[in-house]
Amino acid sequence: MAVENKRVKGDVLLTITGLKIEGKSEDTWNPIIKGVDLTLKRGEVLGLIGESGAGKSTLGLAGMGFARPGCRFTAGSIVFDGIDLLAASDEEKRALWGSRIAYVAQSASASFNPAHRLMDQVVETATERGIMQRETAEADAIDLFKRLQLPSPDTIGLRFPHQVSGGQLQRAMTAMAMSCRPDMIIFDEPTTALDVTTQVEVLAAMRRIVEEFNTAAIYITHDLAVVAQMAHRIMVLRYGNLVEEADTRKMLKSPTQDYTKSLWAVRALQKPESPSDDIVLDVSHVTASYSNSAKVLDDVTVKIPRGRTVAIVGESGSGKSTLARAITGLLPPSSGTISFNGKPLSAKLADRDKDTLRRIQMIYQSADTALNPRQRVRDIIGRPVEFYLGLKGADRDRRVVELLEAIELNESYIDRLPSEMSGGQKQRISIARALAANPEVIICDEVTSALDQIVQEEILKLLMKLQKDTNVTYLFITHDIATVRAISDEIVVMHKGKVVQQGLKSKVLNPPFPAYTELLLSSVPQMDPDWLTTLLESRKAKA
Amino acid sequence: MHPVLKVVLQRLALGFLTLFAVSIIIFSTLSFLPGGYAQNILGQGATPETVAAFNHELGLDRPAPVRYIEWITNAVQGDFGNSYSGTTGNIKRSVSSVIGPRLYNTFFLAAMAAIIAVPVALLLGVLAALYRNSWFDRAVNSLTLTTIATPDFLIAYLLVFFLAVKLRWFSPLSTVSETTPFFEHIYKAILPAATMTLVIVAHMMRMTRASIINLLASPYIEMAQLKGMSKAQVILKHALPNAWAPIATVIAFNMAYLVVGVVITEVVFVYPGIGQLMVDSVSSRDMPIVQACALIFAATYILLNLLADVVAIATNPRLLHPK
Repeated sequence: MAVENKRVKGDVLLTITGLKIEGKSEDTWNPIIKGVDLTLKRGEVLGLIGESGAGKSTLGLAGMGFARPGCRFTAGSIVFDGIDLLAASDEEKRALWGSRIAYVAQSASASFNPAHRLMDQVVETATERGIMQRETAEADAIDLFKRLQLPSPDTIGLRFPHQVSGGQLQRAMTAMAMSCRPDMIIFDEPTTALDVTTQVEVLAAMRRIVEEFNTAAIYITHDLAVVAQMAHRIMVLRYGNLVEEADTRKMLKSPTQDYTKSLWAVRALQKPESPSDDIVLDVSHVTASYSNSAKVLDDVTVKIPRGRTVAIVGESGSGKSTLARAITGLLPPSSGTISFNGKPLSAKLADRDKDTLRRIQMIYQSADTALNPRQRVRDIIGRPVEFYLGLKGADRDRRVVELLEAIELNESYIDRLPSEMSGGQKQRISIARALAANPEVIICDEVTSALDQIVQEEILKLLMKLQKDTNVTYLFITHDIATVRAISDEIVVMHKGKVVQQGLKSKVLNPPFPAYTELLLSSVPQMDPDWLTTLLESRKAKA
Repeated sequence: MHPVLKVVLQRLALGFLTLFAVSIIIFSTLSFLPGGYAQNILGQGATPETVAAFNHELGLDRPAPVRYIEWITNAVQGDFGNSYSGTTGNIKRSVSSVIGPRLYNTFFLAAMAAIIAVPVALLLGVLAALYRNSWFDRAVNSLTLTTIATPDFLIAYLLVFFLAVKLRWFSPLSTVSETTPFFEHIYKAILPAATMTLVIVAHMMRMTRASIINLLASPYIEMAQLKGMSKAQVILKHALPNAWAPIATVIAFNMAYLVVGVVITEVVFVYPGIGQLMVDSVSSRDMPIVQACALIFAATYILLNLLADVVAIATNPRLLHPK
């Protein structure tokens, strides 16, 4: 029994003027938001887009009058429906939160309390505030679950958060935000942690429900294609400043600022494919599992040609990272063989000799956890140089400098700690560490996923340049189809531990598609604002 | 089988195994003690012959493994043997009859202290977390730190001096016997119970506070705030239910201390508990009593820790409600 609020569309709901926010780090206050204006009308969805550190989350939360611990408002005003949120007391703001302004966080699994059942959390604001009786609130929540197309809506509320998948939790959180029919919802990267196929469903559910209840929303994301589906209007933020603001269609068609244009950059990058029959790594009928649980790899056969880039794509749980672990020997397969240069590789890491180890290297997703924070670049890169090539002292340092030059950093970085470098620079150091062994194969496990678009493009260009110079083979594990399109020669599509398809890029990315490949490719958001609508219609027509 | 039941049974089995190992350690360690009951009771002037005859009468001339097996076989059947002291001719005092009343007194005192200390510690911990870094938080922290840093005998004497000697509210001696009525027992045990409360509150209170504050940076706490929950609701409904495991562990540890670590308090108040009995028996080399006490102490630790594990499982929905 939903309360259909027919609010007047077009009235101004939220006005932020000249807002400045500072954040404290190491005892000094640094500006995060440097004077931003923002207006949001009733029923309007505003997209906030920018890279990490742009201040978009901080600005979104400011729309609720909330500053995270260690942040403070220093100038400007925030007025929500006639209420000055900066002047309001904590009590007055609390009265608004949850009931008139709601928040949907990035990670639903972290934002639901693990100790309580979903229903208790979804109806909490409504019942604690006395807005609804418990029974009414529960019946309404079940109605929302239905509208959000959650499976078994009548009983899903009895589950604990850990018993529900990520995509379902994200929709349950949207139901929680909707429970009091707020005037405004702040969506803070709500689909970033989801797989693309799940993302489509969640985006569609969120968009539909926001439209149904005429709720205003601020949609925060770093993904332009996603925001294009959701927002009526887009604001681009960078370093706490507004770069550009325009209606979605206009912004996509003709961005005026160079920075906005650069956000398209990776999608413009395209390497022509080049076939090869010289197989360096031959994975044959490999099956593997962790302890005695279900098979994570199920009869996987993959051939990797020398000097090429083979992209392994799949969603979380598809087994793509496990394949890397099997190749490196970290997880010995239960059956099947892996041949390297025509000779079988020992299954276990401990049984492989140093020279074999040297030839296969790895680069990880997060340079922050892959690099020892207490070691300087000299040792991070120098250690494999010494271990694999036996170079010491001045010879070793000379080789480290050569490697630094190869990754387009100069000699001055040799004494830096990881904490003294940016995310992109740290990932370059990880690349140099892998290169230090003069490997034949480098396994890149989601190496660009944690990086901003522009930095991603630089790293991908660097990897391609290094391949041209050294003829190294890349096994590129990723879930990002745009990256695959940009750099691969061959593509392996994995799903639930099985190889769905392997072939040249031109073959895999063009029809006819196997069913899963088609689902995966069609789920990747496109820059076209009508993409989601068209996709949903075509899927409906098929079903 | 329900996973919780399975874990409990596993721990229980492991507990018995531990207890068995402990019994070996107790038995062999005690045989390292210099002298023996015979030398102790007969004095320095005893001839080797009388000592040997005495030992023969007690069965102490047999090899240690034989005595251990005899002791442990009887012990698992509930018979802890006879106390050496008070054994004259055919009159024997069983260990159970000696320990029984003392154990009751100790559990009585421990329960009293626990009933006061645990709720006080939890309440202070939650309040300190709620008003963290306020004057209240600092006051509670420094006060409890002071009581834990002060030796327990000094706390006991201070309580005696002010509450018994100056104000005359309580008796400075807590002598009770099996005939003491229940409420008089409570009254007499108030001062020792207060002493022990002051000693253990700090530890539990600080763990409660720290476990809650530890969770306050979690995204689900921020979510609760942004849902408009009040500070108290955030702490009680969203932080505390996730903080029970470490708190329960510390509570169990302190409960065990109430049973096994109270000898000084007992001595100060002349309270006839098991701690004092054990110390007396060690100095008189009355081994059956010492062994039984040590086993009881070990079992207390094991059972309380098992209880803490059960609490940790029961408050973790991931374990209680598997996928």
